[in-house]
Amino acid sequence: MVPTDLRYTKDHEWVRVEGDAATIGITAYAADQLGDIVFVELPDPGRWLDQSAAFGVVESVKAVSDLFAPVSGDVTEANPDLGRNPELVNSDPYGAGWMIKVRVGDQAQVDGLLDAEAYDALIAAG
Amino acid sequence: MTDAVDLPVHLTPLTEAHRELGARLIEFGGWLMPVQYGSIIEEHRTVRERVGLFDLSHMGELYVEGPEAGQALNRALVSEPSALAIGRAQYSMICAADGGVIDDLIVYRLAETRFLVVANASNASVVSDALVERLDGFRAVLDDRSLATGLLAVQGPRSVEVLSPLTDIDLGALRYYAAEEGAVAGIPAVVARTGYTGEDGFEVFVDTDHTEALWDALLEAVRGAGGGPIGLGARDTLRLEAGMPLYGNELDRRTNPYEAGLGRVVKLGKEGDFVGRAALEKVARDGPARRLVGLIVEGRGIARHGHPVWSGDRRMGVVTSGTQSPTLGVPIAMAYVAPGDAEPGTVVDVEIRDARVPARVVALPFYRRDA
Repeated sequence: MVPTDLRYTKDHEWVRVEGDAATIGITAYAADQLGDIVFVELPDPGRWLDQSAAFGVVESVKAVSDLFAPVSGDVTEANPDLGRNPELVNSDPYGAGWMIKVRVGDQAQVDGLLDAEAYDALIAAG
Repeated sequence: MTDAVDLPVHLTPLTEAHRELGARLIEFGGWLMPVQYGSIIEEHRTVRERVGLFDLSHMGELYVEGPEAGQALNRALVSEPSALAIGRAQYSMICAADGGVIDDLIVYRLAETRFLVVANASNASVVSDALVERLDGFRAVLDDRSLATGLLAVQGPRSVEVLSPLTDIDLGALRYYAAEEGAVAGIPAVVARTGYTGEDGFEVFVDTDHTEALWDALLEAVRGAGGGPIGLGARDTLRLEAGMPLYGNELDRRTNPYEAGLGRVVKLGKEGDFVGRAALEKVARDGPARRLVGLIVEGRGIARHGHPVWSGDRRMGVVTSGTQSPTLGVPIAMAYVAPGDAEPGTVVDVEIRDARVPARVVALPFYRRDA
């Protein structure tokens, strides 16, 4: 079971919402599918993200994948540790491997995300 | 998108064994193959530091036999197989009349009149057809045993330690690019000291019927030496660090051997005509229009197959392969560039998504094992 306090997208991002602040990363399932992550490219703080827009890139040894914004908002922080230690996304996807924080523009978008049960069902279906 | 499940895909004798080991299987060259059993980086390090076992049963095994087999291969390939001593091997290529590479190969001379040509899986049937055509007029025949032959590779510094107790072949006397017929774990096999990893190691050819028994015996021995099974993902990063070309990336029909830095393989001095001679003589005389180089990316990002290479404001090349090097810890790539930009130390830009990222030309290989 994935963490129950997070919300999810069908593109395998997770969102932790605290007030109007949202922390965003990719799920353990996504990290495992990608394999060893060797490079993460993230936006600079201050950039506005539209919901579903590509905001960065995660690369494993074999593959390159886009990251999509689960919700619209202003980027307030990008995880500075992933430049030097991108493998944190594999080892601790819901913790030290977080990617960006945004100030949520529209709370209704959060309510539209998948809950843990729905996301579990999604990955179980492959 | 094409649904891979609907394609006719060959299975090696080990598909079930790979599944039981937790492998992720992908279609590669018309075969269902293990890309990784766990972490690609861990598998890469296992081969560099200890030893790994590979299923390479997708490769094509083409036997050429007959009193004129050597001459026929001289005519068909760019190298000179007739000059091989019995039990020795050479890296070779089969080219089209325009000098373009149809496939890169290893040719083993197993007996005076018997050669084994090993082709890439994706090209095996094309090479097989071309050889049949090119053997015409010679007293030589082709026996395509690709589907009847398994191929396992033991690669890494502990390869001798792993294989020696299992075979009657004197591995200490078996030189690099040499091969010998014998038994491994009691199974008749051809053992060759060749590989695609940049490490010492062996490739073991065996009948399909015995492939699984051989895999089981070798896996146990490899595990005893701290190793394990290795997928095609790590095979790719290992060969890239070793500066070895991959057909479809560094080599294709629009590329000639000289561009790829493999002019030494083309034996223009051999007697008689061979397919591609006139075109290749011209390239050798005029110099290639582009050159394959190594790149180390010095900015942020990983260069990948297909990324454009820029020299100033001129787009003058393309990345053929690229990854984060597990051994060096930096992004490495191979790329075709203009001859004027091929000198080590030259700085070019790789276009990675929308950014120009500086990269330095370096001599290949990126990694060389301690002798």
